[in-house]
Amino acid sequence: MNLDATAVAIAAAVNARDVSAVEVATAMHARIAERDGAVGAYLATTGELALAHAQLVDARVKAGERLPLAGVPLALKDNMCVAGTPTTCASKILAGWVAPYTATAVQRLLDAGALPLGKTNLDEFAMGSSCENSALGKTANPWDLGRVPGGSSGGSVAAVAAGEATVALGSDTGGSIREPAAFCGVVGFKPTYGRVSRYGLIAFASSLDQIGPIAHTVEDAALVYELMAGRDPMDATTVDRPVEAVSNALREDLAGVRIGIVREFGLGELEPAVRDVYERAYADLERLGAELVEVALPTADFGIATYYLIAPAECSSNLARFDGMRYGLRVEAADVGATYEATRAAGFGDEVKRRILIGTYALSSGYYDAYYVRAQKARTLIAADFAKAFSACDAIACPAAASPAFAFDAKTDPVSMYLMDYYTIPMSLAGLPSLSVPCGYVTPPGAAGPLPLGLELSGPLFAERALLGFAHAYERATRHAELQSIPALPGPVGAR
Amino acid sequence: MSLSIGGVPYEVVMGIECHVELKTATKMFCGCRNVFGAEPNTNVCPVCLGLPGALPVPNRLAIELVVKAGLAFGAEIPAFSKFDRKNYFYPDMPKDYQISQFDTPLTQGGVVPFRLDDGTEGSCRLTRIHLEEDTGKSSHAGSRDGRIAGSTHSLVDFNRAGVPLMECVSEPDIRTAAEAVAYLETLKRTFVALGVSDVKMEEGSLRCDVNLSLRPVGATEYGTKTEIKNMNSFRSVARAIESEIARQAGILAAGGRIVQETRGWDEAAGDTHPMRSKEQAHDYRYFPDPDLTPIEFAPTEVTRMRESLGVLPHARLERFIARDGLSVVQAQQLADNHALAVFYEAAAERSGKPQATVNFLLGDLSRLANETGTPVASSGFSPDALAELVALTDSGTINSKTAKDLIERVWRDGGSPREIVAAEGLGQVSDSSAIDALVHEILAANEKTVADFRAGKTKVMGFLVGQVMKQSRGKANPQVAEERLRAVLEGAEPASQVRG
Repeated sequence: MNLDATAVAIAAAVNARDVSAVEVATAMHARIAERDGAVGAYLATTGELALAHAQLVDARVKAGERLPLAGVPLALKDNMCVAGTPTTCASKILAGWVAPYTATAVQRLLDAGALPLGKTNLDEFAMGSSCENSALGKTANPWDLGRVPGGSSGGSVAAVAAGEATVALGSDTGGSIREPAAFCGVVGFKPTYGRVSRYGLIAFASSLDQIGPIAHTVEDAALVYELMAGRDPMDATTVDRPVEAVSNALREDLAGVRIGIVREFGLGELEPAVRDVYERAYADLERLGAELVEVALPTADFGIATYYLIAPAECSSNLARFDGMRYGLRVEAADVGATYEATRAAGFGDEVKRRILIGTYALSSGYYDAYYVRAQKARTLIAADFAKAFSACDAIACPAAASPAFAFDAKTDPVSMYLMDYYTIPMSLAGLPSLSVPCGYVTPPGAAGPLPLGLELSGPLFAERALLGFAHAYERATRHAELQSIPALPGPVGAR
Repeated sequence: MSLSIGGVPYEVVMGIECHVELKTATKMFCGCRNVFGAEPNTNVCPVCLGLPGALPVPNRLAIELVVKAGLAFGAEIPAFSKFDRKNYFYPDMPKDYQISQFDTPLTQGGVVPFRLDDGTEGSCRLTRIHLEEDTGKSSHAGSRDGRIAGSTHSLVDFNRAGVPLMECVSEPDIRTAAEAVAYLETLKRTFVALGVSDVKMEEGSLRCDVNLSLRPVGATEYGTKTEIKNMNSFRSVARAIESEIARQAGILAAGGRIVQETRGWDEAAGDTHPMRSKEQAHDYRYFPDPDLTPIEFAPTEVTRMRESLGVLPHARLERFIARDGLSVVQAQQLADNHALAVFYEAAAERSGKPQATVNFLLGDLSRLANETGTPVASSGFSPDALAELVALTDSGTINSKTAKDLIERVWRDGGSPREIVAAEGLGQVSDSSAIDALVHEILAANEKTVADFRAGKTKVMGFLVGQVMKQSRGKANPQVAEERLRAVLEGAEPASQVRG
């Protein structure tokens, strides 16, 4: 059995009863035990749950059902609720909390035959771009264990990159799927806001959060996406429009496709080696038949400032419920008010506190119009810029991040970390579908070996089908993911 | 209300905020049942407990009920409305924010008409009605009086968390306690009639806060107001208002200043005590709830809802007074009970005798309803049966005693009074020749009494009429019987026939 096979291949093998889901689950957990000591992708593995699901899948397949994700090993970012499993958001304030219900998106994948392997690490409450803000674990980049996997979905991305899961779910608020996918050389896809239910996803910023797939191939990502997308009666912000079949209709070329290159995202400021990779990527798009057109996003430069008002404002309210009264950590103090303060002081990390403070300030009486309202206006302008750009092109190409993965503790200033999401935040503010696909490698000084880079492709609202098609054509023509592989990982501590 | 402080005439200025729990099957943002009195924390789910990851989905019916409540008073329904978050920490608020509406209420404006008991007409303008979710309910244990002060711990019941709650805010148009109560009565009648709410203050499905200030008559600025809370009946609303007027007037008369604060009504003590002052006011940091999409109404939807309102209780009340000639108190009594008002209208229309109809309805039938605990509309009586009863008594076909027996019987067993009377010969005997036979029989048997009468003891007439009634088994028309007795005894008829 090839544990590195795609989800499509594993499901076909399980459906054909060439291999059982139980065998897949067992082998994959053995691999996690062997590799995750070095990578640290998982906060918790759910071996028994995966086995129980595997038995169910085998029984259903035996009964004649064909399941689109039969026996496919799935890793879940630990901000998604799975009934009966600890769900922590990598925060001390939720450590030990066991979710009593399952997120809609997760449930849809389990119903399709996926095996829940475990819960992966993240920046606390999905706030961060390196996974270093986790209060509960450290995740390394499988390409270079001295470097970060990116964030906030660092654990899910590292799990897929290290072969410790076939596919994974992440959540993307301002780039939290795309940036780590670029850092770890896998495909990471954020669907249009409203496509995938957020029910059971612990909120960071409700108007931006979106669950998306992480996979080795565009086809696998498309398959997972189409299985979990669509209206959910439990989430009022999901849209009621049909989800087109994507995974079986992916194109092989870009003939007649107009790809927008953003004037304001010039490659001039990038490291020369990085710039070369992106210039080659643009040339490859053209070689595949695409017409490259320059488009303008004059307001995109305000993306980070806008995002760091709206997202903290929403999080300041979303995270109020973690107060020690009903669940999670409680630090008892003299009275209710003091207990709130002691609990939240002990339970939240610095970055979470920073954002709660920024958001509380932005929403305060007297500052609301100057900050929150203006940020919403800027958001509207950014969305309008994209709409105008898409009148001249079918998708926009740009770097997913300005650099490859950086070393641990390299970015101590919060603003330098915020800048990591420069290329991903504008699309999040506009609600657009956007993905990162591997596009090449660089070997900066001090790196253990080549580090992957990601090309970000973004499309108009609800244009997932076209967007995934373009990415598939690029992936198939360039095969970057197949050109390099992660270095051998050290085995478990006990085996060394 | 003539209030004078230091020789200067003052007026009372009041506005009322009502929180009304909506009568929906399920809660505002989840599928949990909306019922009062269940075991604590049994009607809860991840959404109304505010568990991590749970999301609200609005209850469309609740939104419609609020719109109908506004339309009933002529409010405007803005085409666009949204939900906002009101942020503050409290242990009975699961998310530590309340989903409410800040600057885009579902309804704006409107006028609430009312009638005082003495017949005076009045009205109060509405500012707005908005929709929000109720909080859980805290109870404090370990203190002697159940108050938080001195308690050792608190318990929270989340059954109420997420129950749809509408807040009706009035303009400061109310001047007296009687007006306040009359305003609340119109709200209550209307909300009950429309199925918007049960409006039970004792169960907390109506909670009202009164904002009250005093100012010299003719002043354009308002005085400093206080907010009074914790009244659990319309009567305590009136008492609390009177108490607060007296308290504020006392302070002003002594040259003092009113402190802006919230005061709680203490039913047992009959006065108010300070709860919190304005200095502790929160910054609620309202912002649009990103989990919910805006509420938009097509004009056709609003028209459909307006047309579904039917006849409103206040219009009915005015019609009872103007068209039917009922007294204000009778009209209010009917209007206070929607089912009874509907029953009355149907019965009065068929009988054509509104006063006789309302007399039976508010008399014998309401008494039976109280005694049996069965509403009139659920008894054996139909509006048709009541109309028949009115016709039978009004035409003199049955006497009042038969009517009483018949009422008890139809209440219990149903049926048509007209058919029962016909089938069982219960009709009152008014035919003088039939009664004459009885008269002669009774006079013959009571010679001594006849002699007494003739000797001037005319009081014995009552006894003789009673004897005729008894002999007729209650069916004789007592007026005819007396008339005939008198005719014979006073000699208009030959005495020989008495013996004859």
